[in-house]
Amino acid sequence: MEKYIGKSVLKGIAVGRIYWYQKQDYQITKTQISDTDAESSRFKKAVETAKEQLSKLYDEALVNVGEDHAMIFDIHRMMLEDDDYLEAIDSSIQDGINAEYAVEMAQNQFAELFASMDDEYMKARAVDIKDISQRVIRILMGIAEDGIPADDPVILVADDLTPSETIKMDKNKILAFVTLRGSSNSHTAILARSMNLPALVNTSMKPVEDWNGKVGVVDGFNGEFIVDPEQELLDEMIHRKNQWVADLEALEQLRGKENVTGDGRRVEIYANIGNVSDAEAALAADAGGIGLFRSEFLYLGRDSFPTEEEQYNSYKAVLEKMEGKKVIIRTLDIGADKKVDYFNLDEEENPALGYRAIRICLERPEIFITQLRAIYRASAYGKAAIMFPMIVSVAEVRRIKEIVEQVKTDLQAMGYALGEVELGIMVETPAAALISEDLAKEVDFFSIGTNDLTQYTLAVDRQNQKLESTCDTHHPAVLKLIEMTVDNAHKAGIWAGICGELAADTDLTETFLDMGVDELSVSASAILKVRKAVRDISSN
Amino acid sequence: MKEFQYVIQDPIGLHARPAGLLVKQAGAFQSKVTLTCGGKSADARKLIMLMSLGIKQGMEVTCQIEGEDEDTAAEALEKFFQENL
Repeated sequence: MEKYIGKSVLKGIAVGRIYWYQKQDYQITKTQISDTDAESSRFKKAVETAKEQLSKLYDEALVNVGEDHAMIFDIHRMMLEDDDYLEAIDSSIQDGINAEYAVEMAQNQFAELFASMDDEYMKARAVDIKDISQRVIRILMGIAEDGIPADDPVILVADDLTPSETIKMDKNKILAFVTLRGSSNSHTAILARSMNLPALVNTSMKPVEDWNGKVGVVDGFNGEFIVDPEQELLDEMIHRKNQWVADLEALEQLRGKENVTGDGRRVEIYANIGNVSDAEAALAADAGGIGLFRSEFLYLGRDSFPTEEEQYNSYKAVLEKMEGKKVIIRTLDIGADKKVDYFNLDEEENPALGYRAIRICLERPEIFITQLRAIYRASAYGKAAIMFPMIVSVAEVRRIKEIVEQVKTDLQAMGYALGEVELGIMVETPAAALISEDLAKEVDFFSIGTNDLTQYTLAVDRQNQKLESTCDTHHPAVLKLIEMTVDNAHKAGIWAGICGELAADTDLTETFLDMGVDELSVSASAILKVRKAVRDISSN
Repeated sequence: MKEFQYVIQDPIGLHARPAGLLVKQAGAFQSKVTLTCGGKSADARKLIMLMSLGIKQGMEVTCQIEGEDEDTAAEALEKFFQENL
């Protein structure tokens, strides 16, 4: 039995098999094959499996992200039917080369074909060749996709996870996360909270191969990760896990109930989502609407800008799924801290204070306009609202409104029906909070992003593990800025919500209600918990 | 044998999506379909070679169809190019 201490990001307990997720740098070695026919049929079988996987991915993507985005999986499947590619591999196998190495040789040969072309788009197709080849190689080597074994869900142990890795994770295969790095604000932590999974970050451990398949316990209440527990402890943890699950079920009783305090004050509780399928979780969790639809998923994990059509399909899918409930879409919030190569962003010393979000959108309006057109076109299918991140001045807001007007005029001239769309801003810089009186005159709502507001107000990098104790989210300076923003919103007759992690902090629910906050947007898993906190407030 | 010429209108050219559709379309017929552009040729049923022709907007492609159902195939393919490329 081994015990490690980590920082817990979600109070819960998981018991299950451990899987050590390592970056996929498996080694392919060349070996001599004597039974070439057996090797050839092993290869053909792997190709069939790959094609089945791709068909399944296509079907899933079709539902989640629409046909335009799903098409890539269909293309990949067709590439795996390409005679030239298959023959190149088979002829290597006939020469006595093992299938894995033969696939890699073909991969390099065909990828080179594209990489050497003078067209940027075609150059990028080398990635597709690599993707299909690696899929076949993984199957040949018995490595499951995502690196997670296909059978039972696991406790995922990793160094750290990038946003694009987390986006690709099959959420049904994970019981808990334990990472070596990361802080409670890292991507792993945010993901875990949105999935309602126990998770430990910044854990004092050295994962070893030997852990794979062993039983592990993640105790999010005490911040402990136990490998191979003794029977007595295991029994106790299973008992506590069942207790935790029972408590969760008790919260379920609040489903369908109103968000109203004992003395009759009401607040909207919305959900934060990061992709189309999250909308379902939000509805299932009884969200009153979507208070923050992060649009980054459209841009991450790919090698070119998403088209208007792709974006439109995603927005439309969420709006339709939410059946008339409000959906607040936040425009592009990307900067040098999120690696998206095709944006061609320079390396920056201070990405948090750098060229990002609305700053990119205003300097490269073609990116911004594509997104706005997609949102406005989708607005006919539900109740859309848009909010703009990283605002620091009234001039920015006016410029945005000019661009929005132009987009609307153009679309109307083309005959599109547009819905009524509320326009709001994220208040996440101290500057925006301090001039919120002026900003309130320009927009329909404020949404306070407490994660960035805290980091900019306290001058504390929220990814920096050493500063975690300095990063006091209840700091009076932050609370004062929130109160000021809400007051100024109400003075101008607009509403104000909170969409940062703080919105789900039930120690502050009463404070926020006293301030008059109109809406709290939290991860789907926190909705009922916040509802309970609201309903437990008795009098002002 | 049937043959037609077509100038690509699509701004990104014969990219993955239409190329995939073309492979499907060509595969629906018995005839052999060959695409020629800029001195290079490819079988329209072979996605990778087809894409590697690097066909861009404004380039003229020649499509040759040879086989039993070449008449119907030529008609369908010409329509496909007009609608998708």
